[in-house]
Amino acid sequence: MDTSRQQNMFRREYLGKGIATVCGLFLIVLTIAIGCFLLGKGSLTFTQFDHSITEFLFSSQWKPSDTEAGGGQVGALIFIVGSILTCALALLISVPFSLCTAIFMTKISPQLGEKIIRPAVEIFVGIPSVVYGWVGLVVLVPLIKTVFHVQHGQSVLAAAIVLAVMIYPTITSVSADAIRSVNSKYIEGAYGLGSTRWQMIYKVLLPAASTGILTAIVLGLARAFGEALAVSMVIGKMRAFPDSLLAPTNNLTSAIASDMGGAMDGGEFNAALWSMALLLFIISLVFILIIHALSGRKGAAA
Amino acid sequence: MTVDMTNSDKQYLRGVDSGLRRAHLFDEIATAAFYIVSGSFVLLLIAFTLYVVWGGVQAISPEIFSFSETGIGNQFFNTVYLVFLSLVISVPIGIAAGIYMAEYAPEGRVTNSLRIAIETLSSLPSIVVGLFGYLVFIIMVNTQWNLFSGALAVSILSLPLITTTTYDAFKALPLGWKHGSLALGATHWETIWHVMLPASVGPIMTGIILAAGRGFGEAAALLYTAGMSTDINWSVWDITSPVCPLNPFRPGETLSLQVWASRTEATSASAGDVAAAASAVLMIMVLVFSIGARLLSRHLAKKSEGENA
Repeated sequence: MDTSRQQNMFRREYLGKGIATVCGLFLIVLTIAIGCFLLGKGSLTFTQFDHSITEFLFSSQWKPSDTEAGGGQVGALIFIVGSILTCALALLISVPFSLCTAIFMTKISPQLGEKIIRPAVEIFVGIPSVVYGWVGLVVLVPLIKTVFHVQHGQSVLAAAIVLAVMIYPTITSVSADAIRSVNSKYIEGAYGLGSTRWQMIYKVLLPAASTGILTAIVLGLARAFGEALAVSMVIGKMRAFPDSLLAPTNNLTSAIASDMGGAMDGGEFNAALWSMALLLFIISLVFILIIHALSGRKGAAA
Repeated sequence: MTVDMTNSDKQYLRGVDSGLRRAHLFDEIATAAFYIVSGSFVLLLIAFTLYVVWGGVQAISPEIFSFSETGIGNQFFNTVYLVFLSLVISVPIGIAAGIYMAEYAPEGRVTNSLRIAIETLSSLPSIVVGLFGYLVFIIMVNTQWNLFSGALAVSILSLPLITTTTYDAFKALPLGWKHGSLALGATHWETIWHVMLPASVGPIMTGIILAAGRGFGEAAALLYTAGMSTDINWSVWDITSPVCPLNPFRPGETLSLQVWASRTEATSASAGDVAAAASAVLMIMVLVFSIGARLLSRHLAKKSEGENA
């Protein structure tokens, strides 16, 4: 009796619970595994090949040797600067427009916002990044070439514009949520004191939603930083500091995407590329931490 | 004296009046700006979509849609097959993990680590996932680029999405349903399996559709896992053969990689046409999927409203 009951309980409860538990814990293990592999592979540059972290981060001499002996130079500054420059420019272009759209769809015309803008934003989010890159390559690059009379249209500017279009829907939808959740008493109070809608928006609404908007910007930045193929199609992949916005350069993700296939496993070149991947991973963790700090601030304020 | 006061009053009122007028002018300018920016956003989307689809239509030729080296038929099949494989892997694990998180995980350390893990996974750059997949599924098992490894890499990307949708769906259920089932003598798992999971099928389906849509467009994670070549023979149906379409352990280039390849290794003159057609197909699939997810969630919202009324 007792054993059959136990068997019954096994089928009725423990089996399902066990499977769910294993899968749940698997997610944690997977995350740790990804972190460990990246750390293990990425740190080879500094342990096995004896390069300093300062060389990797602050030197622009990039000549890793594709052998296990090493002895090359692994300064990744050009790629890092390329990533930062394109992302910063993309934010600069994208944020004002995103905020306008977010305010429009929540406060100016919620009806149009709900019927047209929101579905449009959702579709925009889903468009594959290579399609953005492709359109950037066949429309934007020739356009930049003819408008600015430069030799190649592939440039920092082209990459920034492609990224700006890509992160636009992310920033818009997250900051629209933030604006929607602003206490309506603040808004009524502002109107009650006689402010116009614009005065209400920039004196009350935006400051009240600033934490959520910052979160939206960080999310957009994270997406821009990790984007690989769309950027690599329009950035020109030139290993040099850009002397203007119209000059080609390279960034972390494009370098990994284009060089990993040709780098011998176990070689210095390979290790240097893994270090760049590790850097990307650390940056994405930093973005998560910033978002947590922001939401903590929000909690403290409320 | 009184005249003086009215004068300053007038002046004061005039000042107020011009201030108000300025405020209202600014208000109207701002409103116009909001309309213009949002309108151009919608126009941009329409122009973008039309451009890509039109480019694809112009590139149409019987050759493009053929299942051969110069067409996109094989890549289309690879894409669908890869997304299917990745869903077979990630849907059960994701749903089970979501159930664990919502129902079984003890509050505190475990739930927090799960949250952090999900957040980390969902914010990983896809190229990093691709590298991890390359290392673990290709180099460490000492094999060639293959579809199955690509599917595993895409699964890593879609797992957090499916887990969180399951979690949210479970947390949104009325507590009474769970309590009712438990009170009738069902075990916790029976309650989950027979009551809570069927009730959350709708939102979970929406999440799966979104995950599939993301899988279709994924490229960076597949670059070094699924590979950039396709060599299949549609007359071979022996699943162990490396040229059999259904063999998951063969290299398989997807549509999005084909678009990318046309830029980096444009070997044939028709590469531009192929990329245009592949982009258009990707775009149409994304539209179908996001509209499908939207219709489904609207349908479900209506249904649940009816139930409540």
